[in-house]
Amino acid sequence: MNMAIIATGLVKNFGSARALDGLDLAVAAGEVHGFLGPNGAGKSTTLRILLGLLKADSGAVTVLGGNPWTDAVELHRRMAYVPGDVALWPSLTGGEVIDLLGRLRGGLNPTRRKDLLDRFDLDPTKKTRAYSKGNRQKVALIAALASDVELLLLDEPTAGLDPLMESSFREYIREERVQGRTVLLSSHILAEAEALSDRVSIIRNGRIVETGSLAQMRHVTRTSLTATLRGVPDGLTGLPGLHNLAVDGTTLTCEVDAVALDGLLSRLASIGVVSLSCQPPTLEDLFLRHYASTTTS
Amino acid sequence: MVGMTAATSSAGRDLFTTVTSRIDAAAAINGSPSFVAMLGRIYDPTSLGNTSLIKLTTFGAATLGVVASMLVVRHTRREEENGRLELLGAAVVGRQAALAAALIVTLGTMLVIGALTSLALVATGLPTGGAWAFGMAWAATGMTFAAIAAVAAQLTMSARSANAIALGSLGLFYALRAIGDTVGTADEPAIWSWLSPIGWGQQVRAFAGDRVGVLGYPIGATVVILAVAFVLASRRDLGAGLLPDRAGAPMAPPSLTTPLGLAWRLQRGPFLGWVVGYLMLGFLTGNLAASVGSFASTDQLRDLIRRLGGTQVLTDAFVAYMFGFTACLTAAYSITVALRLRAEEESGLAEQMLATSVHRRTWLASHVTIAVGGATVLSLVAGLSAGIANAMRTGVGSDVAGAVAASVVYLPAIWVITGLAVALFGYLPRASSSAWGVLVAIFLLDELGALLGLPVWARDLSPFAHIPRLPGNAMTWTPLVILTALALGLLAAGVLRFRRRDLTTA
Repeated sequence: MNMAIIATGLVKNFGSARALDGLDLAVAAGEVHGFLGPNGAGKSTTLRILLGLLKADSGAVTVLGGNPWTDAVELHRRMAYVPGDVALWPSLTGGEVIDLLGRLRGGLNPTRRKDLLDRFDLDPTKKTRAYSKGNRQKVALIAALASDVELLLLDEPTAGLDPLMESSFREYIREERVQGRTVLLSSHILAEAEALSDRVSIIRNGRIVETGSLAQMRHVTRTSLTATLRGVPDGLTGLPGLHNLAVDGTTLTCEVDAVALDGLLSRLASIGVVSLSCQPPTLEDLFLRHYASTTTS
Repeated sequence: MVGMTAATSSAGRDLFTTVTSRIDAAAAINGSPSFVAMLGRIYDPTSLGNTSLIKLTTFGAATLGVVASMLVVRHTRREEENGRLELLGAAVVGRQAALAAALIVTLGTMLVIGALTSLALVATGLPTGGAWAFGMAWAATGMTFAAIAAVAAQLTMSARSANAIALGSLGLFYALRAIGDTVGTADEPAIWSWLSPIGWGQQVRAFAGDRVGVLGYPIGATVVILAVAFVLASRRDLGAGLLPDRAGAPMAPPSLTTPLGLAWRLQRGPFLGWVVGYLMLGFLTGNLAASVGSFASTDQLRDLIRRLGGTQVLTDAFVAYMFGFTACLTAAYSITVALRLRAEEESGLAEQMLATSVHRRTWLASHVTIAVGGATVLSLVAGLSAGIANAMRTGVGSDVAGAVAASVVYLPAIWVITGLAVALFGYLPRASSSAWGVLVAIFLLDELGALLGLPVWARDLSPFAHIPRLPGNAMTWTPLVILTALALGLLAAGVLRFRRRDLTTA
C-alpha cells in the first residue's frame, strides 16, 4: 500500500520540555486519518515537523516519499496546510489572501474557489482584520481546499466554525476522499473524527497510544446516557456493552458502547421512558477515564 | 532626550560665550526664512538658553509628540488588535479603563521627561525659571499629542491608521508653526502659530521671558481633547472604529503572486510616506546650505560645523553633516522593514507562507530587498532634492551630482545595519528588536562624539564614521568596499542560519 506519511521514533524537545517522545505515525495514501489528542499532546508539533517548519531532534520521517526538511519546497507543491491559529495580513481582503496562497502553492482551481466561497458563505471583499475568527479560518480552509494537492494537513479546522459550516466542511472532505486525496485531520473533537476518518491515531504526551480504524477502537466510542424512567430499572447490570452504571431511584446514568445502544434502549422503552439525554464522549472524558489510571498504577 | 538637551546646552555655552556672538547668530537665524521655518525664532538674542536650545525647542517637542502618540496607540489600538484588550475587558475592568491606563502611563512619562530635562538644564548652569519653563513646555506639548492620539485610536480600526492620523496631525501642526513664524514679525508670530501645540510650546519662550501662562493653552487643549476621546470610547464597540473600513478587491491582482509582490504590497504605503518626507528634508537641506555662510558668523560656530562636517568649506560641511543625519534615519527605515521578518514569524504569517512552495531564502530575500532597495531609493531622493534645491538657490547646476554622491555614499553603512538586523533575526530571533538599541548607540556616538570629543577608537565603532564626508573630502573607496562586504557577510549569515533553525513563535 502506498504510504503518504511515515514517521518513526520522532523526538522533539523545546528546551527542557519534551513535546514528542518517540512518535510513530503511518498514513496511507487516499485515506482520511484522524489525529486525536488533548491540548498540548503534540499534534501541532507533529504537523509542523511534517511541514518542515521544525526539525525533529531524532527519528525518521517521510512525507509523500520525500524528506520534509530538505525537500520542503517541492513537497509543499503537493500539500496544503491549514494552521490551528490562522493569522492573516490585515490589510489584504479575504479573496486576495486565498488567491495569494493558491498561487504560492502552484495554482488554484477557479471553479472550486467560487464553489467554496458560496458553500462557506464568505465575503471575499472584506479586509481580513474585519473578519471574525471563524471567518479567518474559512479563508485558510478555502485556500487549501481549492488547490489541487495530494495531501491535506488540517490542524483543528472546524474549531471556530458554526454547525452549518461544519457540515459543509464534512461534505467537502468526503468528496475529497472520493477523489483519492489523503487527509490528515488533527482534532480534539471525537465526533468529527468519527464522522470522517477511516483510521485514527490517538496521541498523548508526545506518543501514539492507540492507532487503528474506529471499528477496531470501538471501546472509545461510548455514549453517556442519562434517563428518567417510569419504573425502577433493574436487571440491567449484566447487559454487555454497559459501563459505569449508576441508579438513583428511577434515574439511571451509564455509558454504553455504540453497538449495545439499541439493546439498552429497547430495554428502557419496555420499562417506560420519561426523559432521555445522550452525549457522545469527548476525548478529554476518555482520557480522564482510560488513561488517568495508568499514571496512578 | 534628556541627555541630548544637557549636551546641547553645555556645548552651546562653550559656543556662545559672548553676548555679541549670540546676537549675531540670532540675527542670522531670524533673517533666514528657511531657518525660521525649521527651527523657529530666537526671541531673546542675549539669552544663552534661548539661543543654544533653539533646535530642541521645536524638534524636541515634535519628537516628544511622536513618542507620546506611539505610546498611546500601542497601548490602546494595538492591544485591541491583539485581542489582549478583549481578555482584560472580560475581566472586571471598566471599558474605558484601558484608555485611562494608557493615558496615565503616557502623560506620566511626559511629565517625567519634562522634569528630568529641567533638572538637567539647571545642572548645566542655566537659570532655574527658564529651565522649568522649557521642561514643562515640552511636557505640555507631549501631553496634547497624547490626547490627539487617544482620539485617533477611537476613530480607526487599525493601529497603523491611528498612528498615521496622529503623526500626520503632528506634521500639520509643525507646518502651521513654521508658517506662523515665517509670516509673522520678529516679536510675534502670525495667528497660525497659535493654532499649533508646537507653537504653544515655543511661545512659552523659555529663557526669553518665561511666559508660563501660555502653558494654559496646551493643558486646556489636552483636557478638552481627552474628554472627547473618552466620550468616543464609551460609544464604540471593542475592536471597531468610528470610521468604517473600506471594502477591497475580491480577487488578488497579478502583482500579488510572489513573496516579493506581497512584501511590496505590505510596505508600499509607509514607503511612500518616507519618500515624501525625504523630499521635504532634502529640499530644506539644499535651501539652507546656500545660506549657511551668513548663519555661522562666529568662528566658533564655523569651527563646530567644520568639525561635524569634516571639511573646511562651510557649505560642504553643512551638507555632509545633514546627510549623515539623514543616513541614520534611512538606517532606521531599513530596520523597520527588516524587523517585519520577526513580526511575521511571531504572528504565524511566516508559517503560512513557508507551508507553501516558497523557499525560506526567497521569503527572507523578499523583505530584505525592500529594506535595501528602499534605503537606496531614499538616499537618492534626499540627494537629488537637496541638489536641485541648492541649484535653484545658487543657480549653479553642476553640484547636483555632488549632492547625490554625498547622500548615496552612506549606503554601505546603512546596509551594514540592515545586515545586522537580519543576522539577529537568524541567530537570535527573540532579540531582533535590539537592532534598534544598536542604531541608537551608533547615533549617539556620531552626534555626541563630535560634540564631546570622544576618542577616535570609540567613534570608529560606528560604520558611519568610516564614510568619506562628501563633498569636500577626497573619495576613499576602501572603507566602502569593506563595509559592503561586511553587510553581505551579515546578510548571508542571517539567511544561512534561518534556513537551519526552527520557526519559533515565542
